[in-house]
Amino acid sequence: MLNVRVIPCLDVRDGRVVKGVRFDNLADQGDPARLARRYEREGADELVILDVSATAEGRVARFETVGRVRDEISIPLTVGGGVRTAEDAGALLEAGADRVAVNTAAVERPELLSEIATRFGAQCAVLALDGGATSDEACSSGFEVLTHSGSRRTGLDAAEWGRRAAELGAGEILLTSFDRDGTRSGYDLALIGIIREAVPVPIVASGGGAHAGHMCAAVEAGADAVLAASIFHQGDWSIGRLKDRLQQLGVAVRR
Amino acid sequence: MSAARVATGPEDVGIVPTGVANLEAVAAAFRRLGKTPRLLDSATGISSANYVVLPGVGSFAGGMAELRRRGWAEAVRGRVEEGRPTLAICLGLQLLCEESEEAPGTAGLGCVPGRVVRLAESCRVPQLGWNRVAAPAGTVFLRSAVVYYANSYGLEAGPAGWTAAMGRHGSRFVAGLERGGVLACQFHPELSGKVGAGLLKRWLEESPGAAEAFEPRAQRPALAAAC
Repeated sequence: MLNVRVIPCLDVRDGRVVKGVRFDNLADQGDPARLARRYEREGADELVILDVSATAEGRVARFETVGRVRDEISIPLTVGGGVRTAEDAGALLEAGADRVAVNTAAVERPELLSEIATRFGAQCAVLALDGGATSDEACSSGFEVLTHSGSRRTGLDAAEWGRRAAELGAGEILLTSFDRDGTRSGYDLALIGIIREAVPVPIVASGGGAHAGHMCAAVEAGADAVLAASIFHQGDWSIGRLKDRLQQLGVAVRR
Repeated sequence: MSAARVATGPEDVGIVPTGVANLEAVAAAFRRLGKTPRLLDSATGISSANYVVLPGVGSFAGGMAELRRRGWAEAVRGRVEEGRPTLAICLGLQLLCEESEEAPGTAGLGCVPGRVVRLAESCRVPQLGWNRVAAPAGTVFLRSAVVYYANSYGLEAGPAGWTAAMGRHGSRFVAGLERGGVLACQFHPELSGKVGAGLLKRWLEESPGAAEAFEPRAQRPALAAAC
C-alpha cells in the first residue's frame, strides 16, 4: 500500500527559508540546505521548495538553492517558482529538482503542463493550485484559483481548472488553501473534497495543517500527501513525532 | 557533473543521458558514496565503463528513440547480456523490456522478456510515493523495504531468467530485477533515502567483476581473468 507522504515545504526568498500568513508578512526561518538535511533525518518523505518571489521578479527559482539542497538529501525534491516554459522546467531538473510545480504560467498558458508532461513525464508535472473561497457565481465549486503568490484572483473555478490540468498531463496537484495558509486552523477540507471529485491524480494538501488530527482529516477528505511548513520550522512537531501520532490515528506512513 | 568519453577510472560511474532528465539526483547519490559520476557520450564509453547507470525519466518512445539515434542501444544491450555492472532505474527498467503499452510498435532493448503495461486504474496513477518492494530469498542486491516510486507503467510478471522482486499498487508489478551485475529498479534508489543508498552501495561493491574494477588494471592478479 502506498504510504501517506509527509512533506515539509521550504518557501524560499533570497536564498533563505521564510514563512508568513496568507502568503504575506514573511519571517526568516533559516538556511534551506540545513533545514532540508534535518527534515530528511527526521523522516520527511519528500521536500518542496517554492521560490516565493520568483514570479514577481520575473525569473525562475534560484538554481543555486536547488543544487545545495539536492546535494544534502536523498529523497524527492519538487521545486516551484517562476517556471514559464518547458526549458525553465528542464533547467530546474538539471539543477537537481525531481519534479517541477507550476501555477501562474500554467493559468496563463495551460499547454505548459502538457509540454512538461510530454518531455519529462506526467510524474514531473505538478500543478500548484492556490485556491480561495469565493462568492463569485462563475465558480460553481465555491473556490477560485489565485496566482502571483496569492496576490491575484482569477475568477477561474478551482475544480474546473484542476480537471483541465489533469487532462493536460499534470501528474499531481499541490493544493494550497490561500485562506488557511499559515493560520494553523486546519486544511480546507471542502477544497480538498471538490478537487478529489474532479481529478484522478494524487493531491498534496497544503495550507493550515498544524497537527496530526488535521492531517488525518485531510487524508480522509481525499489527500494523498500532507504538506506543512511553520510547524516544522518552528519546532512544534518533529516529523518523527508527527508520524508516530499519524500512525496511532490509523494513517499509513513510512517509518 | 563532468562529461566524459570514458569512465574507466576506479571511482567512475558512467551515466547514460537518455534525454533531459533529473540526472543530478543520481549523480548526487553516487557522490555521497565517494564515486565520480560522469555523463557518457559514446557507445565506446558505455561499453568500457566499469559501472553504467541507465536512468529513466521521460517516455518509453522518447527514451528508445534517443538510444537508437545516438547509436547506444547495442552497447547497453551488450552490457546487460554479459551481466556487467549496469543499473537501470524506473523507465530504464522498462527500456530493457521487449515493448510497452505506452508506445505500441516501439521495440525496447529486449533484454528482459515481457511487455510493460499501464498500472491498474483502480489506484492513483501515477504511483507517486513510498511503497513496498518484496524481495525473494537469495538476492544479491535487492532487499524487502519501503522505497520511492514515480511511475505510471510497470512490468506485470517476473520474467524468465531474472530474479524478480515484486511490488503492488492495485495489481502486482515488477519492482526490481537482478542478474549478474545488472540491477533494474522500477523505484528510484537515488530518492529512497538510506534504503536506496544501501542498495546502490551493494550494487557497487557486490556486482560480479566489481571487485577488480576497484584495482588498477596493471596490479590485477593474472588469475582474476579465469573467474
